[in-house]
Amino acid sequence: MNMRTQLGEVRGLGSAKTGTSHFWMQRLTALALIPLTLWFVASLASMGSADYADAVAWVKSPLTSILLLALIAATFHHMQLGLQVIIEDYVHAEGLKIASLIVMKCGSVLLGLAAAFAVLKVAFEG
Amino acid sequence: MGSSERPLSPHLDIYKQEWTMVLSITHRITGAGLAGGTLLLVCWLLALASGQEAFGAVQAFIGAWYGKLLLFGWTWALFYHFCNGIRHLGWDLGKGFELDTARNTGYFVALASVGLTLLTWAVGYASVGGNS
Repeated sequence: MNMRTQLGEVRGLGSAKTGTSHFWMQRLTALALIPLTLWFVASLASMGSADYADAVAWVKSPLTSILLLALIAATFHHMQLGLQVIIEDYVHAEGLKIASLIVMKCGSVLLGLAAAFAVLKVAFEG
Repeated sequence: MGSSERPLSPHLDIYKQEWTMVLSITHRITGAGLAGGTLLLVCWLLALASGQEAFGAVQAFIGAWYGKLLLFGWTWALFYHFCNGIRHLGWDLGKGFELDTARNTGYFVALASVGLTLLTWAVGYASVGGNS
């Protein structure tokens, strides 16, 4: 006996596949990036001739660390969603398209992890 | 039928060039450019995490004329994508689709992106002057 509801059976099927979730996450990360971007640009612009010690002190402050991690998460998630659409629009050969998507997604994750790791390292030890 | 044999709809070159089309493709180009720009952010953070020497090298790159030029372009791309992104969020709410409105919000986005870029760099230079 099939215990799944009719809605559960069709979810994720059809040409849109997970398109709704993609659309929603792109908007959600865009919304999060509005205040985060303004904060980040304003902070850097007003930092002046900050040297190494100043920059470390800035990243070490708990509020900065947390907001930087949020900025990194939202930025790289938003970035890979956008790059996915660009690749899907312009790369038509199926094999090359999937290969490009894999390289782009893995690259985005690695860049995001590297950025987050750097923030955490400075926050806890630097 | 393989995807290569499927008929394509008429492509861009048959349409009259419109201001809003330029804005639209610029959104995509700045988005891709900003993705490249994240490399600089990652380098800056990693350099900060690995010590004074690496940080100095990245700061020297950013401080050089080509670094500043890159950063200036990146600032504008960021603000363009930022402003036009908000325009997109308005469309998602079903607002601003009228042709005149879409053109005018487009002009506003272009002006605002340049204005915010200049403001950011003015604040940047003022704060450098104030600190040193």
